[in-house]
Amino acid sequence: MASSTLEIKDLHVEIEGQEILKGVNLTIKGGEFHAVMGPNGTGKSTLASAIMGHPKYEVTKGQILLDGEDVLEMEVDERAQAGLFLAMQYPSEISGVTTSDFLRSSINAHREEGDEIPLMKFIKEMDAAMDYLEMDKNMAQRYLNEGFSGGEKKRNEILQLMMIQPAIAILDEIDSGLDIDALKVVSKGINKMRSEEFGCLIITHYQRLLDYITPDHVHIMMQGRVVKSGGPELAERLEAEGYEWIKQELGIEDETVGQNA
Amino acid sequence: MTVETKLPYDQDYIRSFSSNRNEPEWMQELRIQALELAEGLEMPKPDKTSIKRWNFNDFKHDVSAETLGSLKDLPSDIQVFLDMENLNENLIIQRNQSVAYRSLSSNLEDQGVILSDIETALKEHSELVQRYFMKDAVQIDEHKLTALHTALMNGGLFVYVPKNVQVEEPLQAIFWQEDPEAATFNHVIVVAEANSSLTYVENYISNNQEQNAVANIVTEVIAHDNANINFGSVDNFSKGTTVYVNRRGVAYRDAKIEWNLGQMNDGNTVSENVTHLIGDNSYSYAKTVSVGRGNQTQNFTAKIVNYGKQSEGLILQHGVMKEAASAIFNGIGKIEHGASKSNAEQESRVLMLSKDARGDANPILLIDEDDVTAGHAASVGRVDPIQLYYLMSRGISRQEAERLIIHGFLAPVVREIPIKAVRDQLTEVIERKVY
Repeated sequence: MASSTLEIKDLHVEIEGQEILKGVNLTIKGGEFHAVMGPNGTGKSTLASAIMGHPKYEVTKGQILLDGEDVLEMEVDERAQAGLFLAMQYPSEISGVTTSDFLRSSINAHREEGDEIPLMKFIKEMDAAMDYLEMDKNMAQRYLNEGFSGGEKKRNEILQLMMIQPAIAILDEIDSGLDIDALKVVSKGINKMRSEEFGCLIITHYQRLLDYITPDHVHIMMQGRVVKSGGPELAERLEAEGYEWIKQELGIEDETVGQNA
Repeated sequence: MTVETKLPYDQDYIRSFSSNRNEPEWMQELRIQALELAEGLEMPKPDKTSIKRWNFNDFKHDVSAETLGSLKDLPSDIQVFLDMENLNENLIIQRNQSVAYRSLSSNLEDQGVILSDIETALKEHSELVQRYFMKDAVQIDEHKLTALHTALMNGGLFVYVPKNVQVEEPLQAIFWQEDPEAATFNHVIVVAEANSSLTYVENYISNNQEQNAVANIVTEVIAHDNANINFGSVDNFSKGTTVYVNRRGVAYRDAKIEWNLGQMNDGNTVSENVTHLIGDNSYSYAKTVSVGRGNQTQNFTAKIVNYGKQSEGLILQHGVMKEAASAIFNGIGKIEHGASKSNAEQESRVLMLSKDARGDANPILLIDEDDVTAGHAASVGRVDPIQLYYLMSRGISRQEAERLIIHGFLAPVVREIPIKAVRDQLTEVIERKVY
C-alpha cells in the first residue's frame, strides 16, 4: 500500500445552522502523526466528524481530498473504504451485534466480494490484537459497546483501528476518560500502527497523551481555525504554560466557537 | 355489532368427527357444549385492532395426510427445521391434521415422559389430558374463538414431564399445514410436574399465498412447583392464513416459564401470550419478536399477572414493520393485591422501515399492591442514524449496516431458540421478510 495524503482546505462546517469551523487547513501524509490540540469548544471534534461524514455536520465551504479524490462526494462507507478511519469519542452501542461479527463485517467491507477473510485467520488476528491491547477475550462475544466501560470502548476503537489498518486515522479524544494504565495500552496500540503508509490525526486537549505518542506536527485550534502549528516542542510548551500565552500572542479573548461546540 | 356468522359445522358433524377419532366421551361432550356456547359468544376484541372483517370461517376442517416413511420424504423447506445430521430423537411432525412422524427417546419414555399428538393422548392418557384441557389456563367461554377452538380442535400435542425428571434435550414439534386450505385448530398442552424441567420448541409452517385458511391455536403451559419450562416457537403461517394464537402459562411456587416467540406470520394475526404467576417466587420472562410486511395487520398482547409473593414477570416485545404492515404491541404487567415484593417490567419497541408502516407500543402497568417494583419502556422509531453512521464509518454499506441493526434488534429471541436448525431458520425468515 502506497502512502496516502489527506488534504483539508479552507473547511467551513455548520451544525444546525451554526458555523463551527471557519476555514481549517491541514495536510496529513502517510508516515506522519499530527496532533490537533486546543481547549474544549474550539471545533476539534467537529473537524473529526466532518471528515468522516457525520450526518449532523454540514460542510458549507472548502474541500477534503484523499489522494486527490473528493471525500465530500463520498458516502460514509465509501470514505472508510477509501482508507479513512475515525476512532470516535462516543462510539455507538449496538445491541444484538457481537463485537466479533461487527469486526469481521468491517474487515470484509474493505475486501473484494469473494475474498472475505477466512474465519480462522480472522480469529487469530483478532486474538493477537486483543492480547496486545490487554483486552478480555469475552469482549469479542459481547454486543458492540453495550455495557462497555469508557476504557473498554476506547480500547475497542483501537482494536478496530489495528484490524482495519486504514491509510489515515483520526483519533477523536481517544484519551478522554482513560486511567493511566489504559492510556498506556491504547498508546501502545496506536504506536504499533506507525509506518510509512500510515498517517494519523490525534485530537486531544490534554498534553498527557503526547507523553506516550510523539507527534511530528502539533496544531492548535481556536475559534474554529488552526491558529498555530509547530513541532513536538509546541506541545511541551503547552504542558508547561497552558494556552493563555497563545491567546495573548494572537489577541484572542474567547477561544471557543458556537455553543456546546 | 358483529355480523352473525353461521358456522359451517353443526352438532352432527362434530359428533361424527369425534367418534371417528375414537375420542373419550368427555371430550365429545365438551365439544358439543363448546359449540353451543360459541353461537352465543362474542368475538374477542383485541385492543385497537378491528378483526370484524377477518376470515375466521373459510377453511377446510378435516384434512388428513399420509404419514412419512422417513424424514427424507419431507420437502426441503420443512427439512431445514431439523438438524438432519444430528437428529433430535424427540420430535413430532404434524402434517395437516395427522401425525406424520413421531419419535421419543427410550430413555425419556422409560422415565414417563409423554410427547404425543393430542389425538393419541386423548385415547392413551385421557384422564391426564382431561385434567388440563381448557381448565387452569384458558377457559372455553372466554369468547367465540376459544369456544370454537374447543368444538373444532383437530390437532396438537400433549407434552408431560413427571416429577423430578429433567429433560435435557429439547422436545421439538413441527406443525406443517401442507394443504393450503386446511384449518389448524391445534391444542398444545405442556405440563411440567414438580421439580421437573423441559425445553420445547415448535414451528408452524404453511405456504398458502392465495387460498384462505384459519389457525385457531390454544397452548396451555403448566409449570408445577419448582418446575422449569423453556418454550420456544417460530410461527410462519403464510399470507392466506388468519391466525388466532393464544399461548398461556400458569406458574406455581418457585416455577419458571420462559417464552421465546418468533412471530413471523405473513397473514393477519391476533396473538395473546398471558402468564399467571400463581405461586410465590414464580418467574416468567416473555420475549417476542416480529416482522410485519405487506398489508398485514397484527395485534400482539404479552401479559403477565403476578399473584404470588416475590414473583417476577418480565416482558420484551420487539417488532419491525415495513411496507404497509401495521401492528399493536400491548405489554401488560398486572400485580394483584397481596403479591408483595413482586416485580413487573415491560419493554416494547417498534422499528419502522417505511413511511406507510404503522406500529404502536403500549406498555401498561396495573398495580394493586404497594410493596412492589415495576418499570416500563417503549419506543417507536426508525433505525438510529448515529448507529448507521458508526457502522458505515467502518466501511459497512448502508444496507448491510441496517441489516446488522435489525438482526441485532431481533436477537433477544433468536439467540434463545435452543435448536440450531430452528434458530437458523428464524434468522433466515427474518432475512427474507426484511429484504
